Amino acid sequence: MTPPDYEYLRKLLKDHSGLDLSADKQYLIESRLLPLSRKCGVPGIAELVQKMKGGSSTIIAQVVEAMTTNETFFFRDKVPFDHFRDTIMPEMLKARASRKSIRIWCAAGSTGQEPYSLAMSLKEMGAVLAGWRVEIIATDLSTEVLEKSKSGVYSQFEVQRGLPIQLLVKYFKQNGELWQVSPELRAMVQHRPLNLLHDFSQLGTFDIIFCRNVLIYFDQDTKINIFGRLAKAMEGDGFLVLGAAETVVGLTDVFKPFPDKRGLYRPSGARAASPLGATSIPKVAAMAGR
Amino acid sequence: MKTCLVVDDSSVVRKIARRILEEMDFEITEAEDGEQALEACKGAMPDAVLLDWNMPVMDGYEFLGNLRRLPGGDVPKVVFCTTENGMDHISRALHAGANEYIMKPFDRDIVTAKFQEVGLVALPEQSSI
Repeated sequence: MTPPDYEYLRKLLKDHSGLDLSADKQYLIESRLLPLSRKCGVPGIAELVQKMKGGSSTIIAQVVEAMTTNETFFFRDKVPFDHFRDTIMPEMLKARASRKSIRIWCAAGSTGQEPYSLAMSLKEMGAVLAGWRVEIIATDLSTEVLEKSKSGVYSQFEVQRGLPIQLLVKYFKQNGELWQVSPELRAMVQHRPLNLLHDFSQLGTFDIIFCRNVLIYFDQDTKINIFGRLAKAMEGDGFLVLGAAETVVGLTDVFKPFPDKRGLYRPSGARAASPLGATSIPKVAAMAGR
Repeated sequence: MKTCLVVDDSSVVRKIARRILEEMDFEITEAEDGEQALEACKGAMPDAVLLDWNMPVMDGYEFLGNLRRLPGGDVPKVVFCTTENGMDHISRALHAGANEYIMKPFDRDIVTAKFQEVGLVALPEQSSI
């Protein structure tokens, strides 16, 4: 990619979405836009930029969407996974001691880094989980994204962001420049296409829900509606994990913050106030579920 | 200020690494091969070593073995940074006492992530894209 093309894309993304790329994100643009250029029937990013400069608003919209989809990486933000290991799981091991089963939902499973990070965390807990049945359900709006998650195949860049090298060695197999999650770990994660705007009661009831960095794309009413339905899909003593920039505070009282653990919430027992239907679908719904 | 010894026979790589690590508030010293790096460590143990594998005179793997046998040589966090991207090399490096491993090409995000991994850089307060 030529520096002028990079600068053009940086400025366009800043203007259209507020996305602020630093000067060394060429690989990110390439990994997101090369598949898009193939889809648009042009050989590369230079031609894509030409089309954008020609004023093709559909191409611009697609480029913005491809780039603003939240970047996801293994153990993203670290803290939620510390909560998972140090707070959520010890509590669940006590609370579910007779049932010996735990259901986890990654509601914005995206390309799989989050569910596989949870699977690795569980594996690292070792013998305490012997005899337990732990289900991880990963959902996403995009079937394409789910396919990538299912395959468990990641680039060298992707496995170097947030994944400790010991875990790479332990849980991945190398295939040239690509790295694939071990079959054992892949078997721990089930995949389902799902739009959070639609009914998800068919997924059943969960003990732990990770719903990070997806609600930020929705308007307030939709957020409140989703929180209400998440609470219904959760055991009364379950845990909800939100992204670092997200909160229930000021939106709903169906969840309450867990003391001193940022991003961690539990059902309050309050009922959702007359939940709205899925009628008010926001403009950016296309990005949901990532 | 924490110190990092950057060991690479390429002056270009050293320069890029220096720039990234200086932004992360490290004080940088450089070495062109394992032998120079070992001498530097005998003078003063750095907090971190960013270490290439293939170098003339003494390669990174041999340096690491020698470093870990020095008095106080278990202290520095050693992060390999190499084009040797095979699982066999990574396993050997970890076995020899490396703390982390960067497969080239690298960028600021990867260096930051790996230095966070070994506890030399604090985690950011907020996530960012």
